[in-house]
Amino acid sequence: MKHKNAKKYGMVIDLDKCTGCGSCMVACMAENNVPFRKDESNKVLSITWLRVYQLTNGKPFPNTDICYLPRPCMHCEGQHEGHSPCVSVCPAVATDYNTETGIVSQIYTRCFGCRYCMASCPYHARYFNWWDPVWPDGMEKYLSPNVSPRMRGVVEKCSFCFHRYQLAKEKAFKEGRREIKEDEYQTACTQACPAGAITFGDLNNPNHAVSRMVKPDPKHHGRPTNPNAFRLLERLGTNPKVYYLSSREWVRRAGDNYLENEAKYKKTVHQG
Amino acid sequence: MDSALIPRGVKRCPFPQFILFIAIVGAVLLWGVYAMLLCWFKGLNQTNMNDFYGFALWIWADLAVIAVGGGAFFTGLLRYIFGKDDLKNIINYAVLIGFICYSSALLILAIDIGQPLRGWFIFWHANVHSMLTEVAFCLSCYFGVLTIEYIPLVLENRQINKVPFFHHLGHNMHEIMAVFAATGAFLSFFHQGSLGGVAGVLYGRPFAYREGLFIWPWTFFLFTWSAAACGPCFTILVTKITETVTRKKLVKDTAIQLLAKISGWMILTYSIAKTADTWYWATVTVPSLGQTLMDFYSNNPFYGIWILILEIAICGFIPAFILITKKGRKNSAALWIAVFLAVTGVCINRWVMVLQIMAIPVLTFENWVLYLPSWQEIATTILPLAYGVILIAISYRYLPVFPNEPELNPIETLPAEEEEAVEPSVELEQELKPAEA
Repeated sequence: MKHKNAKKYGMVIDLDKCTGCGSCMVACMAENNVPFRKDESNKVLSITWLRVYQLTNGKPFPNTDICYLPRPCMHCEGQHEGHSPCVSVCPAVATDYNTETGIVSQIYTRCFGCRYCMASCPYHARYFNWWDPVWPDGMEKYLSPNVSPRMRGVVEKCSFCFHRYQLAKEKAFKEGRREIKEDEYQTACTQACPAGAITFGDLNNPNHAVSRMVKPDPKHHGRPTNPNAFRLLERLGTNPKVYYLSSREWVRRAGDNYLENEAKYKKTVHQG
Repeated sequence: MDSALIPRGVKRCPFPQFILFIAIVGAVLLWGVYAMLLCWFKGLNQTNMNDFYGFALWIWADLAVIAVGGGAFFTGLLRYIFGKDDLKNIINYAVLIGFICYSSALLILAIDIGQPLRGWFIFWHANVHSMLTEVAFCLSCYFGVLTIEYIPLVLENRQINKVPFFHHLGHNMHEIMAVFAATGAFLSFFHQGSLGGVAGVLYGRPFAYREGLFIWPWTFFLFTWSAAACGPCFTILVTKITETVTRKKLVKDTAIQLLAKISGWMILTYSIAKTADTWYWATVTVPSLGQTLMDFYSNNPFYGIWILILEIAICGFIPAFILITKKGRKNSAALWIAVFLAVTGVCINRWVMVLQIMAIPVLTFENWVLYLPSWQEIATTILPLAYGVILIAISYRYLPVFPNEPELNPIETLPAEEEEAVEPSVELEQELKPAEA
């Protein structure tokens, strides 16, 4: 595969390695100043840029199998570059597709909270600030200065830690380089994962680990050619840049909807 | 007390009775205003919306009032462009109902957005690829058109009309109303359609997604069609309700019958198109995405297959067959049932195209999520209803909304009133035609 100039940052999550510890979620929240409330028991109101789902194969003991599936924003490319489900519908261009990086951004100061993007996202990766953020006493001192906290009434989501990309670019510029190295831009969740289940990099760069792991097919919108790799809801044509790896077929099947005669396995049951 | 403001040749209830009615409905309105202020000042945490239900009751209410308000543009189109003269007797009321529906829709949108002060961003930072942008532009423009169509009726008020400037203004606006009717029809085609497009373009949501023609999903055309078909039914329904409340015949049967007949044929053709669309979607689109029709209708009793049957068969074909037959639409009870079913049908369609989309999971490891609106959402949804009742009551009392009313309800005047009635207020008044929007 030829190395293109434009980056297409993506993520590969090895579900066989993920233990469901939640470190990635915690790192993400701390890194990105994600607000929380005293009572977070109602999960449809919780803001979790990265959410870990628990999947089971639905079989009784002793054949029960469990898989943990971390779900960040998929940074969908769509059928043509930039036609992500959310980007195409936002009426105020408050969410944008960066053709230089492939990252779907959210411009908090422009979002007026119509929530059309949330309705369009099949992954439920977008969250609305139903409340203004309230930090426990003293915690505001620990907020990251590189990420602006969001106010009530706007939508937010995983940015692939875009501020880290900007910092890496600045560093490279100061050092007289045009390109940044693979390890100079890594997301917080990638670095926090103790099992090394998350890999991040440029899918357009054949030397990057992500590219080698999933072998994306550029002729088919980056569809993985690695038989153990899959993307969530591949059939919808959203063309996500987050890939999953699993040696278990039922896990790969859980990534999409199949008709009865297509599926060998029962649908999975979500428990977490 | 306010007799000088009441149109000539008609009888209205005593002023205290009118005020009492306004006060009762006004109390409901204030309840809605209170809920609205709570949402504006405390935020959308006052609602039961959540991250699965970004769109909920308000967006449904928005789509529903715009659909039923479609009677204004379609009646205007028939009256001014296609020259259906009989409809001049109902066009004022159609415009008034449309005006209420569209102003309500704009108000609901203003409450629904998380940052109301940034509402203008939709115009300033417009994304031309978004269906919602098209909705915002066309909706605002069409509301302007409806205002222009409503103004001449306001200027027909007995006292306002005495002012020569307003008299001439109203008269001249009336002369060019066909231009506005055409503009309104054009704008309505697009915003009704783009509201359908809002759901149809969601290619990440198989329940909503539809293929289509060029950039327009089939829902674009179906929404316009259904609004043109069922909007006039809402106009008839509200007219019938007004006639029942006032205990008067206000619109000649010829106008109602004509509108009902056209509406019936529109509903029939729409129902056929909707059936074809549903069939194609269920047998081609959905299986290609790995799902079946019953995946969307079998998780819970609320979203059972009954809702699809109710929408298309019971609230689509049945009213259509009643309205296209002379016997059906001439029977008062059948007409009532038909227009009620048609309005219910279009509201159910808007419901499933908003709420059911949100309820259905797309990821295989997520579950259905149902939602119950909070009292604040209900109050703010009832608010436009109360506002509409008040505006209709005031317009009915002080404006010549129904040109046939004096003819259909002749009143015996006392000698003193008779004297006043023949007294010419302005010379120019002789030139006036019956009020028309």
